Amino acid sequence: MITAIAFYVFSAILLGSAAMVVTSRNPVHSVLFLILAFFNAAALFLIAGAEFLAMILVIVYVGAVAVLFLFVVMMLDVDFVALREGFQRYAPVGATVGVVLFFELLSVLLGWQISDAAPGLRLSTMPTNISNTRAIGQVLYTNYILLFQLSGLILLVAMVGAIVLTHRDRHTARRQNITRQQERRVADTLQVLQIRNRAGVQELGIYRPKPMPQLIPAEAPARFDEAEVGHELGGDVQDHEAGEH
Amino acid sequence: MTQGVLAIGLGHYLTVAAILLVLGVFGIFLNRRNVIIILMSIELILLAVNINLVAFSSALGDMAGQILAMFVLTVAAAEAAIGLAIVVVYFRNRGSIQVEDVNLMKG
Repeated sequence: MITAIAFYVFSAILLGSAAMVVTSRNPVHSVLFLILAFFNAAALFLIAGAEFLAMILVIVYVGAVAVLFLFVVMMLDVDFVALREGFQRYAPVGATVGVVLFFELLSVLLGWQISDAAPGLRLSTMPTNISNTRAIGQVLYTNYILLFQLSGLILLVAMVGAIVLTHRDRHTARRQNITRQQERRVADTLQVLQIRNRAGVQELGIYRPKPMPQLIPAEAPARFDEAEVGHELGGDVQDHEAGEH
Repeated sequence: MTQGVLAIGLGHYLTVAAILLVLGVFGIFLNRRNVIIILMSIELILLAVNINLVAFSSALGDMAGQILAMFVLTVAAAEAAIGLAIVVVYFRNRGSIQVEDVNLMKG
């Protein structure tokens, strides 16, 4: 009895929020109603006994997909009022198609029954003594391991595709300069100095980081003379040391 | 485990899923210009499919339906990510996401 009441309440909220998703004026509201719809669908899954899928639905859909929608809706500066034009124009066509589709589905639903042979055709019978998550794991990692790996591959491809599509090359971005990396020598960055005991680094005239020389100048491609600068700095320190002494 | 669906009846689940699917199709027709809402409608349709799969899985006592629902969920997530990436790129290039403006490949 309680289950039936819960089912009808969740179904009503699910269908109502789904209707609001497609008719809402503000796309942000649409996304929020979509989240509500997913939560209620998760509740329906729970009633049906699919606990793991219900949790996955909340995590994947509400946690990832709906938030992605929300980001995109808020990121794009779209004039959504202009997008609403033709709402009335398309409504009759949509309603006609929807009603026809619904009655087709209903006619299927009414004249349909489970075959007696259906229980014998089950691919993997649901075990009764273990939890839903465990049962899914036992089937997923044995009979469907190939499809499981393949779905991982699909996600990887989707991830790479999304990154490639939206990645923008900025001129200010710092990127790897292989020539410069190869040109770099130890003496350019590393300096071995004799520091006398309890001497402040600044009073010795040593500043960090060591000023990086322009390795690839615009017109003069000659390599930076590390010996000279190294000598300069070293000499500087030595001068200081000499002065102190 | 099958108590849930059996207590309520498989037909109720299927009716809810059918209405949800019709709402999704209706949304695609209604928001012909806004591609983001169209993507959301596709998500609703896939959700209806998932409800059907789970209801049948629970009613028949077959785990395969829930496994398949999980794969549908995976593909739906990938589809949403790619679709939204395309929307973002399209908006960056054209400054609008009107579906009717998408005619560059018409030739």
